[in-house]
Amino acid sequence: MSYFNELYQEVILDHNKRPRNFGELPEADCQADGNNPLCGDRLTVYLKIDGNTVTDVRFKGAGCAISTASASIMTETLKGKTAEEIERMFRKFHAMVTGKTTPSAEATADLGKLAVFEGVSGYPVRVKCATLPWHTMLAALHHSDDTVSTE
Amino acid sequence: MTATNVARGVDRASAWFDVDKVRADFPILKQQIRGNPLVYFDNAATSQKPQAVIDAITRFYSTDNANIHRGVHLLSQRATAAYEAAREKLQRFINAPESRETIFVRSTTEAVNLVARCYGARHIGAGDEIIISAMEHHSNIVPWQMLCEEKGARLRIVPITDRGELIMEEYERLLGPRTRFVSIVHLSNVLGTINPVKEVIRLAHERRVPVFVDGAQAAAHLRVDVQDLDCDFYAFSGHKLYGPSGIGVLYGKARLLDEMPPYQGGGDMISTVTFEKTKYNVLPYKYEAGTPNIAGAVALGAAVDYLETLGLETVIRYEAELLSYLMKRLAVVPGVRLIGTANNKASVQSFSIEGIHPHDIGTIVDEQGVAIRTGHHCAQPLMDFYRVPATARASLSFYNTFEEVDVLIAALHKVIEVFK
Repeated sequence: MSYFNELYQEVILDHNKRPRNFGELPEADCQADGNNPLCGDRLTVYLKIDGNTVTDVRFKGAGCAISTASASIMTETLKGKTAEEIERMFRKFHAMVTGKTTPSAEATADLGKLAVFEGVSGYPVRVKCATLPWHTMLAALHHSDDTVSTE
Repeated sequence: MTATNVARGVDRASAWFDVDKVRADFPILKQQIRGNPLVYFDNAATSQKPQAVIDAITRFYSTDNANIHRGVHLLSQRATAAYEAAREKLQRFINAPESRETIFVRSTTEAVNLVARCYGARHIGAGDEIIISAMEHHSNIVPWQMLCEEKGARLRIVPITDRGELIMEEYERLLGPRTRFVSIVHLSNVLGTINPVKEVIRLAHERRVPVFVDGAQAAAHLRVDVQDLDCDFYAFSGHKLYGPSGIGVLYGKARLLDEMPPYQGGGDMISTVTFEKTKYNVLPYKYEAGTPNIAGAVALGAAVDYLETLGLETVIRYEAELLSYLMKRLAVVPGVRLIGTANNKASVQSFSIEGIHPHDIGTIVDEQGVAIRTGHHCAQPLMDFYRVPATARASLSFYNTFEEVDVLIAALHKVIEVFK
């Protein structure tokens, strides 16, 4: 197996081709735009929040396979989670894709499907592609009006 | 073209250009990338360096290093002589009338900023217009925007056709009573278009408007003759011309450079200094404040020597055949859209593949050892024009081969397979 298959996992290719929770969320409580000037990736993340819990999340935009799949899988992961749970999850995700945690069953166990992005750590220039949807989502969560940029 | 014809094209080129011999001059090309031979198709970003250039840097620091234009000691004299000899090589390379019109700068970017700031200081005012084109690199947009903002002037943009050619009628229409300056790229880093700069200059000069030509890509792939073009300014970077980074050349007509204010103040650019008044040095030193990149200039001289020994005309002819082969092979890859199909082109081909983001293309071909550029190529307005977020770009040099084009094409088929 050649190395790039560790990056372009089947799950990632599938989410790229058929992104879940794609489109606007008219009843969103908050939203934020993100862009990666280097790649030309642009996306908007919409959140519906009840108290401290995210009840619905959608995204739209255009980007590379890694950022599209990351956004898609992220939206599947967030529903029903509190802001604190989401931030804890992002810290783990970030540590994994930047190679700061040794890949192990323990480290990625509670990341669930997000573990498919482990291969990103071997491609430092692609880390921003995987994290852009998360930074954008966190900006929406914190009601930041600024557009998030990876640069 | 049929496969047989393509194959014959390979034979024809190899009969008069010994690419294997040339490749042996570039040590970096001998390496493997992720287990595959390196195929370097990112020459428009920066070129690789022949051993002669690497040796020139080593030799300078090993035997001649001293500061220039200062010491009476022998080393300083040798360093000064090497630096000034490099200037004369560069002067001859672009056929500038006088060596004092050949100014060493850091890069093309610095040259654009120098001209925008220094020419603009005295000649651009509120309501004036500066013309650039739709295919400019950010470095030939932003300095002019900054100047326009400061002076209340207006930036006018010459549009291009879908093929990536300047619309000359629109250019003529834009040239008006308020036009004070034209700045135009010679060879587009995204489209590979060779612009009719001589005609652009002639039309501007009819209205007494000076012209700056951005030669960052052109200097390595076209024969540049600043007297034939009659351009007022011409700039290029060493690192795209097989020389080191951090060194470049600004050519300017002495008449204009003389009357412009200096760019930076410091050592070497002065004639006398008192606390009351400083008298500036003559050209070219007026624009070379501070200790320059001496070794860089010397090595750039070596790069130009290398290129002239190979024969620039031979190199241009070989690169033209290689580009034509690349375009023909790319055009029949399923889903590929060629971006930049001008009649008059050199060395660069941008493309996209339907449904696949350029960064995914770039990562997967890299796995096969192929280095291409993906992104907006510092030309975001041009990406907007073609309605793409980014493109993939293969840019060629004379050390690339027809077989390497085949490797790229095979790698693209792999990309398509992964995303099918």
